[in-house]
Amino acid sequence: MAELVGYLITGVGVGCAYALLGSGLVVIHRVTRVVNFAQGGFAVLAALTVTTLLTAGLPHGLAESLAVLLATGIGLLTGMVAIGRPGTTPQAALIITLGLGVLAYAVEIFLWGDQPRSFPGLPGSTAVLGARVQTHYLLIIGVTAVILGATALLFARTDRGRALTATADDPYAARIVGIDVARMGLLAFALGGALGGLAGVLVTPVQQVSFDSDVVLVVNGFSAAILGNLTRPGLTLAGGLLLGVVQALVGGYLSTAYQTEVALIFMLGVLILRSSSARVEEVTA
Amino acid sequence: MTALLTVTNLSRRFGGVHALRRVCLDVAPGETHAVIGPNGAGKSTLFRLIGGQLTASAGGIVYDGQRIDRLPPHRRARLGIAIAFQDAPVFRGMTVAENAMVGAHAVTRAGPLAAVLRLPRHRREEKEIRTAAAAALDRAGLAAWADRPAEDLPLGRQRALQMARALCGRPRLLLLDEPASGLRGPERTALAGLIEELRAEGLSILLVEHDVGFVSRLADRVTVLDLGRVLATGPFPEIRTDPVVISAYLGAPA
Repeated sequence: MAELVGYLITGVGVGCAYALLGSGLVVIHRVTRVVNFAQGGFAVLAALTVTTLLTAGLPHGLAESLAVLLATGIGLLTGMVAIGRPGTTPQAALIITLGLGVLAYAVEIFLWGDQPRSFPGLPGSTAVLGARVQTHYLLIIGVTAVILGATALLFARTDRGRALTATADDPYAARIVGIDVARMGLLAFALGGALGGLAGVLVTPVQQVSFDSDVVLVVNGFSAAILGNLTRPGLTLAGGLLLGVVQALVGGYLSTAYQTEVALIFMLGVLILRSSSARVEEVTA
Repeated sequence: MTALLTVTNLSRRFGGVHALRRVCLDVAPGETHAVIGPNGAGKSTLFRLIGGQLTASAGGIVYDGQRIDRLPPHRRARLGIAIAFQDAPVFRGMTVAENAMVGAHAVTRAGPLAAVLRLPRHRREEKEIRTAAAAALDRAGLAAWADRPAEDLPLGRQRALQMARALCGRPRLLLLDEPASGLRGPERTALAGLIEELRAEGLSILLVEHDVGFVSRLADRVTVLDLGRVLATGPFPEIRTDPVVISAYLGAPA
């Protein structure tokens, strides 16, 4: 029982990182229709930046915040390159983000080398229902809850949030009511950068990163987002948590060697089930 | 009195087709000006040129003393030009109240930083937006629908929502694109009533409409377009008896 609780909590913790990353993908995709393959890169860049800032003597908290801020800026820059030119199709922008991701590899290897890195998170362990888990997992869960809650509020309760939603809904009509659609696209990329960066900063103390960790992160974040059709934040969160938990269970009871593969196959199963049940609904409707 | 909107020699070609040729038109402050004409007369093209969805091949548009014909649509909206109907669908994925609140974006000033930090300025503005949206919905007869998804609204109510959304931006010039099309009976009367009210309050309105009956009730002046050209401009009774207009469009007076 204690073992299971432990796996569940670590799974939810890692799943939170996938959910944050996936939410970034969702925000960008909803507003700009672009699938941003540089999303994993935001996480890696922020995480590696934290290692440098901590080595330079900056305190925890400040180092992480600065790294997330940097990721936000990089997200904005990615947006400017990917969709800055009017008339760029989402497909062309997707390829641009892929290219930027590869460029990021070069920069990251140049600056940090190709060995995996990590940094300490919240120290110590805490007892939860008889299981001892690293306290850092609880931090990941808490921060994710706060940030995703704040993001939901931003969308529901602020003018900018409504403008983003309106742009996602119908860019043509959005322009007519006075919304600068191009700027909303850039804002979405900046938000995506922040969410991606935060994911990287939170997960690195429990899962070290190297320059190419973005693939694992983006594949997991993308699968989480796909559960919500790349448009629904709630399902993205559910998808991320589900993936994290399945991975932790596979890693704990079977083998860590193929936990990612099993989790992704599980996700594929969920998607197939869901699309076939949707088809049944369509037929019977 | 200087006009709020002046359109001068406006032309637009699509390939070799002249959709509009040297069209001149103005809207005085407080005036309701209608543009009528048969299908293909260039009404929609004119409308989109003023709104900014299309750019002119030649000619100019001056609004409130400022050239606007090179401005993107959202900048024109922020200057106080609001559009409703055909070209401005409701946001289907948002609630009725959210739709109205989005309309206020044209007049918001507090930036995202103020929102994130929950500065008093942002809170005050958010409260104002909610109040304005509630008032606009009430006025459009949609108060009971506020929390429903906009896509659930029947056509007549969607039109009312488009009006409410436009009003939330506190416009000075309202562009109405075929308000009556597809509406009948009470829905039509209600919408005409709302437009009449706004007109009585002194809002300037430019209205493009197919339906002559609807126009005769609302417009101070009417411009008749045919094949991209202005046939005549004047008060409706004059237009009604203009021989050129009659032969081209209206048919003999009954």
